[in-house]
Amino acid sequence: MTRLLAAMLLTAFALPLAAQDTMPPAPYAYRQLDDPAAEAEAQDLMETLRCLKCQSQSIADSDAPMAGDMRHQVRIRIASGESPNEVRQWLTERYGDYVSYEPQISATTWPLFAIPILLVLVVGAILYRRFGKLP
Amino acid sequence: MSWRLWIPLMVFAGFIGLAAYQLTQPKDDIVESRMVGQELPYFELPPAVERGESISSADFADGTPRLLNIWASWCLPCIAEAPHLERLQREGAEIVGIAIRDRPEDVAQFLAQHGNPYTAIGRDDLSQVQLEIGSSGVPETFVIDGEGMIRYQHIGDIRPEDVPILLEELRKAGA
Repeated sequence: MTRLLAAMLLTAFALPLAAQDTMPPAPYAYRQLDDPAAEAEAQDLMETLRCLKCQSQSIADSDAPMAGDMRHQVRIRIASGESPNEVRQWLTERYGDYVSYEPQISATTWPLFAIPILLVLVVGAILYRRFGKLP
Repeated sequence: MSWRLWIPLMVFAGFIGLAAYQLTQPKDDIVESRMVGQELPYFELPPAVERGESISSADFADGTPRLLNIWASWCLPCIAEAPHLERLQREGAEIVGIAIRDRPEDVAQFLAQHGNPYTAIGRDDLSQVQLEIGSSGVPETFVIDGEGMIRYQHIGDIRPEDVPILLEELRKAGA
């Protein structure tokens, strides 16, 4: 029984292990920038960029090697003087809105912004009809 | 009782229905590259194997359409697609590889074990080119036309049924 359990555990963990590379992380994957202001900018940006491998994590939260490589890119680009928006733009040009956790108003996302405003207007109209005409 | 009282409940039931329907749908976690239709970004990579050839984006603009295969020796689906890459090569496709976060000795061992359909393999230790072309994992295969434009992206390992599709895309790209 223990053996079976051990074998099951092993097979469960063997695959993810085998599918990882053994290379050291990119230089700036875990190393902060020397300039604290630039590092703060990079950190804020990394928290709003989506890890492509792990789906529901930001690249700041993920330990996936690819997220490390993305942090490296973000840090060296910020350090070389690019603005956070330019870096985000560089990534959305490649991966689309998917990569950003900061929704922009676009042809596909405008209902997200319009619906709440519409709902508030509808509620306002209902309330007005109910109570607005009271003496 | 006014029929209008039912409206909120119907809306709520609609939401439940939508959520239930979405839960039964297969998870779509494919991130397509927005670089398809655009020029291959500039890059130069050292060879991934000792005494191999280095690759650069300029190599692709010589008139010959090619497959650009993003892979790694540590990637299991890459083993599964190896025979199909070989078939593509036998059918006349020219295949350039980019090994992601890989060591030369591991690459050499993989090639010895699973065959080498590549004309050259570049070494991308920081996933730099991978990010440049909008690839989000290994393996992925891009069709690059003779002018260095990205024409098509295949995400995931190449299965037998994908071979004719890739050959057709290569043909469309001018092969």
